[in-house]
Amino acid sequence: MSDTSHHIVPYSTYGLILLLLLVLTGTSVAVTQIELTKWSTAVALLLAGTKSAFVLAIFMHLKFDQKIFRIMAVLIILLLASVIIITFLDYAFR
Amino acid sequence: MSATSAHINEHRDDTASKLGMWLFIFTELMLFGGLFITYSVYRYSHSGAFHLAAQELDVTMGTINTVILLISSMTLAMSTTAIQKKDKRTTLILIGITLVLALVFLVNKYFEWSAKIGHGIWPGSPLLEELGRGDTLFFGLYFFMTGLHAVHIIVGMVILIVVFVFVWKDKLTFDNFQLLENGGLYWHLVDLIWIFLFPLFYLIT
Repeated sequence: MSDTSHHIVPYSTYGLILLLLLVLTGTSVAVTQIELTKWSTAVALLLAGTKSAFVLAIFMHLKFDQKIFRIMAVLIILLLASVIIITFLDYAFR
Repeated sequence: MSATSAHINEHRDDTASKLGMWLFIFTELMLFGGLFITYSVYRYSHSGAFHLAAQELDVTMGTINTVILLISSMTLAMSTTAIQKKDKRTTLILIGITLVLALVFLVNKYFEWSAKIGHGIWPGSPLLEELGRGDTLFFGLYFFMTGLHAVHIIVGMVILIVVFVFVWKDKLTFDNFQLLENGGLYWHLVDLIWIFLFPLFYLIT
């Protein structure tokens, strides 16, 4: 493996990730169409979170880019998550 | 200032360019994040109406559009590999496929919205007023969020057309393709937003 300054991602990696994303999509459709009510929301969002992690890491090249991009992305996601959590704490306890 | 700039007519900094794109993407995440919070809060306070209203949406259509966007993301990601392999033809074909898929997505969206409007559901329609506040909120958010997403698809297509022309005219090449990379980042963002829109509106009832 000769890794130069720019990493060329092979086509097969992208193909594999698409396959994974399609399987996860199928799973989330199946899970929510079967009546599971209480857990289906959590499962669907968990699957969506997993899918977006793959898109961010591979399609958006975060896995291959300089560390600073990963750090920034994680911080923004944490910021967004904390805003969501705070909003829900507010609604749950008012 | 450094006096050792050998390439006088080349002022580019790919990392800074990418950093700028990511900063823009973060603002987009905040924009849609705010809308997702609005949706969640109203879903929480009008859970009964949201439950019934969400069943009105066509899961098959939503799933097809999800698959289309995922494939288009892959083809565009592949184009960054193709350009680095100095394969201009494949790069253009892959960007072209992405553009066609984007168009198919919009056509599907058109039919989906038309069906809703045909059933008397559009923001401020008399039927929604009859159905009450929960339905009004659900479909108001549905039209606004999927509409804003569709606007992003259109903007993405314009960017990709520009990228396509630049690759065609050899303005973007194997060692200078940051615009393709940034266009790709934008397109994957559009995909990313849909990944959450789809379960929230179509799947969770």
